[in-house]
Amino acid sequence: MTVHQLSVFVENKSGTLLQVLELLKEANIQLIASTISDTVEYGIYRIICSEPMRAYETLKQAGISANLSEVFAIMLDNRPGRAADAIRSFSEAGIGISYLYSFLLSGKGILVFRTDNPELARKVILEKKLDFIEEGRLLGMA
Amino acid sequence: MKHEQMYLHPELETMTRPEIERLQLERLQQTVRSCMRSPFYQQRFREAGLTPDSIRSLDDLQKIPFTTKQDLREHYPFGLSAVPLEEVVRLHSSSGTTGTPTVILHTQHDLDEWANAVARCLYMVGLRKGDIFQNSSGYGMFTGGLGFQYGAERLGMLTVPAAAGNTKRQIKFITDFGTTALHAIPSYAGRLYEVMEEMGIDPRRDTKLRTLVIGAEPHSDEQRRRIEDMLGVKAYNSFGMSEMCGPGVAFECPEQNGLHIWEDYYIVEIVDPDTLEPVPEGETGELVLTTINREAMPLLRYRTRDLTRILPGDCPCGRHHKRLDRMKGRSDDMMILKGVNIFPIQIENILMQFKELGNEYLITLTNLEANDEMTVEVELNDFTDDYGFLQNLTKAITRQLKDEILITPRVKLLPKGSLPKQEGKAVRVKDLRKTLI
Repeated sequence: MTVHQLSVFVENKSGTLLQVLELLKEANIQLIASTISDTVEYGIYRIICSEPMRAYETLKQAGISANLSEVFAIMLDNRPGRAADAIRSFSEAGIGISYLYSFLLSGKGILVFRTDNPELARKVILEKKLDFIEEGRLLGMA
Repeated sequence: MKHEQMYLHPELETMTRPEIERLQLERLQQTVRSCMRSPFYQQRFREAGLTPDSIRSLDDLQKIPFTTKQDLREHYPFGLSAVPLEEVVRLHSSSGTTGTPTVILHTQHDLDEWANAVARCLYMVGLRKGDIFQNSSGYGMFTGGLGFQYGAERLGMLTVPAAAGNTKRQIKFITDFGTTALHAIPSYAGRLYEVMEEMGIDPRRDTKLRTLVIGAEPHSDEQRRRIEDMLGVKAYNSFGMSEMCGPGVAFECPEQNGLHIWEDYYIVEIVDPDTLEPVPEGETGELVLTTINREAMPLLRYRTRDLTRILPGDCPCGRHHKRLDRMKGRSDDMMILKGVNIFPIQIENILMQFKELGNEYLITLTNLEANDEMTVEVELNDFTDDYGFLQNLTKAITRQLKDEILITPRVKLLPKGSLPKQEGKAVRVKDLRKTLI
């Protein structure tokens, strides 16, 4: 139901993002999705990748502040309105979405997100029969 | 201009050097005798093998050990009092942000003489009864408020105790009351001009401002000229410190070339901050002051930590009281921001209370648009993927720093390892403020 997400704390300074990407490249780690927003104070670079554990160790060893966490991932048909349906289920249950990003993989839409109530989110995903994906399946699609 | 019109206290202001030194010796001997009523100085003199009779000339002053801020802290609050407490009519205290606060005590005589000194300064730059004097200093324990208040009243001016802040209200007072003289820290003078511009007020056309008293914050001559051009005023540099009452210690005369220090109140020494030996005439060193016109709490050879020098030569204004050059910095690591004294250790103490933070931090001072700003960058120990957490942590640090240093810094959390590793003596402060000394 969840996949590992690698979060990297990057200073808002030219060259820091490249440093992270170069390290992952040298370790032969493939990016599946990544996102960073343009806040002034902190840059958190969030990454879904092949071999998240090894990616985490690689960055740690290079002295980079990183964190490994679990985020929900659900798969949706690539049709209009699917994302709205999925999010409505959480909204109706009173669950807040802390952040979300999405991408296409093998013709399917993937939503990755964190909620303020993971326990309840789990229940909703099962009750509403949302097509959640485990890490192995996600990496297999990549 | 006639003699009595130039000087508020002509008999004191125009004394010759021998006259000044005669008065100083007389007052020093009197002061040292009074000091023997303070337990602190009794012990100091005993330890140094001195008695009041050891002081027979001004040179003998150098036999007396220095007094430091640490001494004031250790004998907080009344250990340096040289009069019974019932003779004391007021105390002023530092904010105590670096630990124990320091307290300065005043008898009625001390307050009267303080007001006289401030009045003398203000008269010297042309202010008279009939002027309207607005004071934008904080009142209360901060000496810039009451110090100027009593001095301006002593001169008979109409005073506007506007106190600090609320720039639009300050400007309304200036225009409505016809304020002719204003006391403000230099950076605030710049801020006033900005807001006047926003409000469509031309200070030359729409106000009667003509004299500005600026101090409490290091500034260059260039900055002064800019303030004068912006506001259409003459701006005079004021030097004071709470340990020496507050404002009124030294002040520029109309020549605007150095600050006359009132030698009927203070004996001035400039010493090398490392060896504590006097520096050669005219060279820069630490300012050391001895109060010779104070009853409640005389201070002998007080190390001010301010670095300056005595300007050589005579002043065309006719006063023979020595002139101090602009303050060139500090012999300790104190920063002065918006007129507030801040030590890096205060910031460090706060940061170290947060277990989420690492040991490395950097304080950067800038002054974009004439306003002093402080940025505190600090490394985060453990990183969690949570903006909310980072924001709340930033807010909490900012709030605690504000409570401590009275200024709101910009707090920036950094990944571990972002700040340069410190080897040897750590560089914790980068002062990038422009046009400063």
